[in-house]
Amino acid sequence: MLTPTSYIDHHLTQLAKPLGDSPFWVVHVDSLLIAVLLGIVGFGFLYTVVNGATSGVPSKRQAFVELAFEFVDGQVRSIFHGDQHKFVAPTALTVFVWVFLMNSMDFLPVDIMSRFYERLMHVDHFRGVPTADVNTTFALALTIWMIMIYFNIAVKGLGGWMHELFCTPFGKHPALWVLNFLFNVVELISKPLSHSLRLYGNMYAGEIIFLLLGMWAATGMVGTFFGIVLGAGWAIFHILIVALQAFIFMMLTVVYIAMAHESH
Amino acid sequence: MNINLTLFSQAFAFGIFIWFTVKFVWPPLLKAIEDRQKYIAEGLAAADEGRKSLDQAQDRVGVIEAEARSKAVDIITAHEKRAAQIIDNAKERAKVEAERIITHARETAEIETAKAKDALRREVGRLAVLGAERILRREIDPKAHTELLNQLRDEL
Repeated sequence: MLTPTSYIDHHLTQLAKPLGDSPFWVVHVDSLLIAVLLGIVGFGFLYTVVNGATSGVPSKRQAFVELAFEFVDGQVRSIFHGDQHKFVAPTALTVFVWVFLMNSMDFLPVDIMSRFYERLMHVDHFRGVPTADVNTTFALALTIWMIMIYFNIAVKGLGGWMHELFCTPFGKHPALWVLNFLFNVVELISKPLSHSLRLYGNMYAGEIIFLLLGMWAATGMVGTFFGIVLGAGWAIFHILIVALQAFIFMMLTVVYIAMAHESH
Repeated sequence: MNINLTLFSQAFAFGIFIWFTVKFVWPPLLKAIEDRQKYIAEGLAAADEGRKSLDQAQDRVGVIEAEARSKAVDIITAHEKRAAQIIDNAKERAKVEAERIITHARETAEIETAKAKDALRREVGRLAVLGAERILRREIDPKAHTELLNQLRDEL
């Protein structure tokens, strides 16, 4: 018997494979598989195009890749001042392409895809949108966070960074050290949290709305009509969200790394 | 929303993708684009250079044209002058020639007239002598009167 609860539950349960006894030693096979596949497809595509890149008249495919390149490069240039080509801009491109592709999995209709996964891959639960899994977004945000800390230390030195942690933003006076440090710790913690939860929340909520509309469509003719119309509307709106969230995630990545390079 | 090993697996994958892009995707594309930028910049500079030299050439053409025009005008005036001169000369010569022909004709006519007068005079003299001879057939001695008659003829 399919109840609304079981329907939602079914769609929101990951394909988890336990590797140990504790709940930590679990891998979400679906998120990881889709994410890595999309990464291989996306970056493999970029690699083949870039490998055959000509400095003469570009092919349409190369022009498309260059468009993405110029877009990311322009954004990074406006935020980061330094040799962006060495690390920051390619990282931003990686983030943008990968997150965009993972978000795009949300375009695929949830119920048809779940049927596809069940019949063809013989799995009960499979969630196709890796960015709607908090593990993925935290993985991205924490990686960026560690890169940020690395650059903080690499650019300013450990002493310089410590000085920044204790002496900014309020002042150098020893009485303010604790306050400064608390302030900076809050900032350090909030950065990866807001970075990852923003993307996760958007994609997860988008998925839930599709599920709710799907449930409405199961209630009868009226529900089907509204399910179709609103589902189409939400899907169109989702195109914007998918691109926008990928863009925001990339911009925050660049901003955080750029802030690590600038001393106060 | 449970954090588990997936996080680290994804972070690992992310790290690999970043490394891949930094190493293999970005640099060749950057190089291609920068090469093209250089190529385009060179092309634009060459176009500028071309335009400049075209301007110079046009200036030179203008100068040469003006020179040619003034030279042509000079040549035309010189030739017009010469043509006028030739015509004048021809006219002069023609006038002289005409005068000469006229004078010659007049002289010829005078000579002819004189000849005719002379012949007429002789004829008249002869007729007069003939008439007188016929009238005076016997009484007149032709020998004695020939001198007289010649005298008369000369007076005529």
